[in-house]
Amino acid sequence: MIRKTSLGVAVALSLATSTAALAETITIATVNNGDMIRMQGYTDQFTQQTGINVEWVTLEENVLRQRVTTDITTKGGAFDIMTIGMYETPIWGANGWLVPLHKNVNFNTNNLSDAYDVDDILPAMRGGLSHDGTLYAAPFYGESSMIMYRTDLMAKAGLKMPDAPTWDFIAKAAKAMTDRSNDINGICLRGKAGWGEGGAFITAMSNSFGARWFDMDWNATFDQKPWADTLNFFVGMMNESGPKGYATNGFNENLSLFQQGKCGMWIDATVAASFVTNPKDSTVADKVGFALAPDTGLGKRSNWLWAWALAIPAGTQKEKAALQFIEWATSKEYIELVAAKEGWANVPPGARTSLYENPNYTKVPFAQMTLDSILSADPNNSTVEPSPYVGIQFAAIPEFAGIATQVSQEFSAVYAGQQSVEEALAKAQDITNEAMEAAGYR
Amino acid sequence: MARAVTFNRKTGNTILAWSIGLLIFFPILWTILTSFKTEGQAIADPPLFLMFDWTLENYAIVQERSDYLRFLTNSIIIAGGSTLLGIVVAVPAAWSMAFVPSKRTKDILLWMLSTKMLPAVGVLYPIYLIFIELGLLDTKIGLVVVLMLINLPIIVWMLYTYFREIPSEILEAARMDGASLRSEILYVLTPMAIPGIASTILLNFILAWNEAFWTLNLTAAKAAPLTAFIASYSSPEGLFYAKLSAASTMAIAPILILGWFSQKQLVRGLTFGAVK
Repeated sequence: MIRKTSLGVAVALSLATSTAALAETITIATVNNGDMIRMQGYTDQFTQQTGINVEWVTLEENVLRQRVTTDITTKGGAFDIMTIGMYETPIWGANGWLVPLHKNVNFNTNNLSDAYDVDDILPAMRGGLSHDGTLYAAPFYGESSMIMYRTDLMAKAGLKMPDAPTWDFIAKAAKAMTDRSNDINGICLRGKAGWGEGGAFITAMSNSFGARWFDMDWNATFDQKPWADTLNFFVGMMNESGPKGYATNGFNENLSLFQQGKCGMWIDATVAASFVTNPKDSTVADKVGFALAPDTGLGKRSNWLWAWALAIPAGTQKEKAALQFIEWATSKEYIELVAAKEGWANVPPGARTSLYENPNYTKVPFAQMTLDSILSADPNNSTVEPSPYVGIQFAAIPEFAGIATQVSQEFSAVYAGQQSVEEALAKAQDITNEAMEAAGYR
Repeated sequence: MARAVTFNRKTGNTILAWSIGLLIFFPILWTILTSFKTEGQAIADPPLFLMFDWTLENYAIVQERSDYLRFLTNSIIIAGGSTLLGIVVAVPAAWSMAFVPSKRTKDILLWMLSTKMLPAVGVLYPIYLIFIELGLLDTKIGLVVVLMLINLPIIVWMLYTYFREIPSEILEAARMDGASLRSEILYVLTPMAIPGIASTILLNFILAWNEAFWTLNLTAAKAAPLTAFIASYSSPEGLFYAKLSAASTMAIAPILILGWFSQKQLVRGLTFGAVK
């Protein structure tokens, strides 16, 4: 009897073990945003197709960045797929921390399949997620920045928004649209400290004023006129037409203001277009127009380029399963799946050329302007004067995040009226040069 | 006249105490209220206090999207395990420091406390590497040990303070009656220090429950507690305030209930000595 029971237990255990071995599980670290959450909802379909289970670790963007950086630098192996952006991808790829997804020359078994159609990825996105021609992360969705404005307030001000306006026009329109008695601010922009918040905006804006972070010898350039022009223009316009306390406003604060009808214009991520035109959350959904981010006539606009992309950390034991998931989640078929279930306005934008050739998608009001904005952004040639770095709203070097966070804190102190533009720029110059010297660039 | 002054003072003190209490509780109350609003109502300006269309949709979404019970179970195991393990280690340590002090006892106590002043991120990489080496990454047992070590200085300090108030003559009497060291600690010291031990357990359970740095950095999908559950609803790009509030309310509810039912013991333990 004991023998029989032991045999039964052994068989049951071995069956359970073999079933567990067959049902492979991958762990994915990702950010909390609408498109990613939507993808989590469709994961069951991937599991049905492949038999691979998926476990999600969803974290706030900055927490995620710290978490995955710790894991990848120590080869912790906690994740099989990581959601990373355009800033990390080329740096981590160069360090050999990521599995190459597609090489231009050498194909190996882990490369993306032909059916995936890697050439369909928008060139700007592919370039930003590659290092030395090798793609290290597949874009799940991409974004640039553009102007979102209230068509009714613009008409009331007697102005017409050009498709590609200048900063002078924006300042003039902002002043004309401002109506303090009705709590309407002509323009809402990011002022919040942080390299990915206010830091990203002012860096992208500075490109259009002819500024750059570093000269060709990696010297900081905050002591030069274009930076003073940028900051003085920004502060002057925001003090005249921006909301009170803009020094602490980031994406969410401005989104909230715009949706409540308290902003005439908002220049921010193109993904915001679907939020401000959604009648469920926005009180101005039917009164929003779009235009390219402004310039000053120097040949560079003030829009940025970003993508949230899926990458496989080198050293994962589940590389094939991870690659299968990435192929599924960033495929044309996934876009069609979301379109069929939730409508074309809700598909992940900015990653594939074919999406913008689809007549169903081109009907979406912000689709063309999003594409134009993405296409007008060139991370390899982002500044008027030559610069030694890749990136538009950042410089793709490991030291940038730390330096830019400190610099943006100095800028935010200007927005809050705690110091002058000159003081902030002098501090930014010292902070940057000291850090670059310590890092061995100078 | 004297009675009137006393009455006025009492009333004033009561109003002051309630005002401070409400002020401290207000952020929690606001979080709870926001959890019943739509995302649009959550960001309304001027803010909506009570007059809005109350909805449970955020709770339904959070429940559908996340496995709350798994996070809750992990939190209970990690917070409970680290607290109990801490007590087991700290009781003998505090006994030794309180009743058999050496010349260096005060220095050791201060040194233990000084470890709390080290920023946690300073030891993140060494601990992460040790966890990889020992296979403790994303395990509950790993977090139990780390949180126990982090809270140990506080546990030892609290128990040391309570034990110091117990007359050593009582323990000497037990020894003269033939009690072994184990019996002395288990059957004489511990029962007398129960209020102090109880408040130490409660306070450290709350500290471990709320700990967010290590629980976020050393877990992934399997051992993640409620801190990770909350973090999954925070976003710098997109409005998730109402859902985040619902997740926060669900995460703090168990500890609020525990605090409510044990407030007498907690206050007694924190404000009075062990043998008062």
